[in-house]
Amino acid sequence: MKIFVCLKHVPDTAINIKVSGTNGYEDSEVKFIPNPYDEYALEEAVSIVEEQGGEVVIITVGKPEAAATIRGAMAMGADRAILVKTDNQFLDSSLTAEALKAAIEADGMPDMIFTGKGSVDTEGFQTHYRLARALGLPVVNEVSVLTLDNEAVQVQREIGGGEKQVIRMTLPCLIGATKGLNEPRYPKFQAIMKAKKKEIKEMDIADFGIDPSNGRVTIERLEIVPERSGARMLDGSVDDQVTELVRVLKEDEKVL
Amino acid sequence: MAGTGVLIELENGMVKETSLGVMTAAAGSSIHALVLDEDVSKAKDTLTQYGAQKIVLIKAEDDLNKNPELQAQALIQAIDSLGLDALLATAGAIGGDLMARVAAIREEPLVTDCVAVNIGEKSVKKSHFSGKTFATLKVDSPVFLCTIRPNSIEPAVSPSQGEVVELMAEVKDAGQLEIIDVKKESESKLDLTEASIIITGGRAIKAAENYSMLEACAQKLGAAVGASRAAVDAGYAPHSMQVGQTGKTVSPKLYIACGVSGAVQHFAGMRTSKIIVAINEDKDAPIFAKCDYGIIGDIFEVVPKLTEKL
Repeated sequence: MKIFVCLKHVPDTAINIKVSGTNGYEDSEVKFIPNPYDEYALEEAVSIVEEQGGEVVIITVGKPEAAATIRGAMAMGADRAILVKTDNQFLDSSLTAEALKAAIEADGMPDMIFTGKGSVDTEGFQTHYRLARALGLPVVNEVSVLTLDNEAVQVQREIGGGEKQVIRMTLPCLIGATKGLNEPRYPKFQAIMKAKKKEIKEMDIADFGIDPSNGRVTIERLEIVPERSGARMLDGSVDDQVTELVRVLKEDEKVL
Repeated sequence: MAGTGVLIELENGMVKETSLGVMTAAAGSSIHALVLDEDVSKAKDTLTQYGAQKIVLIKAEDDLNKNPELQAQALIQAIDSLGLDALLATAGAIGGDLMARVAAIREEPLVTDCVAVNIGEKSVKKSHFSGKTFATLKVDSPVFLCTIRPNSIEPAVSPSQGEVVELMAEVKDAGQLEIIDVKKESESKLDLTEASIIITGGRAIKAAENYSMLEACAQKLGAAVGASRAAVDAGYAPHSMQVGQTGKTVSPKLYIACGVSGAVQHFAGMRTSKIIVAINEDKDAPIFAKCDYGIIGDIFEVVPKLTEKL
């Protein structure tokens, strides 16, 4: 079983974002992490290969600094990695998918591709659909249960209102992972040391003839959403507090 | 006038509130309400009341409901045969999935989960970095594909004279994917991502059975019940109820957090709520610094009192 895991290098969700210029953000002093949903993807891929044999290849399209993020993630049990470098902070999802496709085809087609259900930076929720389409693979996103048999995979995805779809897909296929699929492991010291020796093959997006400026979605402005400040604390007895809360929600805020 | 398709989602034959918001987002263009192979008899009046100039019932010889790829193909045929220059849907499990498939097949841009949209300018505003920033995006494509975050656009009545027309789509099943079952995991609970009011229980709820206290309050509010990651990890609630990073992103008009400390990861999923109310025993809980109204108190006293007063 050969499995690719698409992993995105994203700013740590705990940090504050600082806008730089009109449409970029300060990323030089910022801690980056693997996109949290991609960790479910990686864990699933590693457990399948541990059981069935084969290899797990991490693939990332991102800034050169993503190499460090990949190195950390490899300790979870990936065998090797490919980094397709671009300097663009917000590479268009179509171009990202094109770069992933080219790098995957150049390396050799897998049996499965795992990604996270979406990324927490640009929240576009589409790159994996584009990649699947470009490679001619079926795709299901937001997968929280997966069982594998010889030529097919059965997955479940939540569709809201307490309902889950049960979907069968033929292999090869692409799966967008979400929480519930597994518990991503914390790498042990030995695994971290071993990961330092693993191969990260670095390429440039231009190697595939892709021009990062060719995107069809332009980010014109990025602006900070001000945090709420100065909550109104309600006082008095529980009865007073709740009476006042209901009044303001009805009369002032008109949300009840 | 330009034609805008709106993918309509129905529940028990009735139009979902979120789809009405998407129709309002398309106001000013000629709205084509697109329904994928369902009974529209109960939905027709609502759709015309909210501005549908045409209600397009899309059918195919194959069962469209067994495969989202077929649904995406059918939507693409609707775009082409009706000459639409925009297609809008709700950013949810169904709409988001179908629109991503449509965009991938057409190799056209898609902007997702938008909180504001200008169809004429092909310009949108959407969250980046879990609601910490808003990005203004401009799209360059002949057909504008966009999904709208639930509750971000208030539905507005705009009566029209829509007729129901049928569209027979030709779809081709590649045999790669099939929905073989839809399982009902819990009783018909309100969909968290689409609810306009949400009441959430955090770690302080202490036990799974205590959610019944929130359910009782939710019933009076017409609200959905959520949980924090701490409560899910402690086994008090299933992951399907989790709000926040690695859970659901919600944007209701009223969010009531009960015994939730207010971690950054929780705010990542509910920051764009219109009004946030926090009830917590700990006066130093971070949530009080980032909410609109706060009550310092024991949720087991405050919540039943709230239920009583509603």
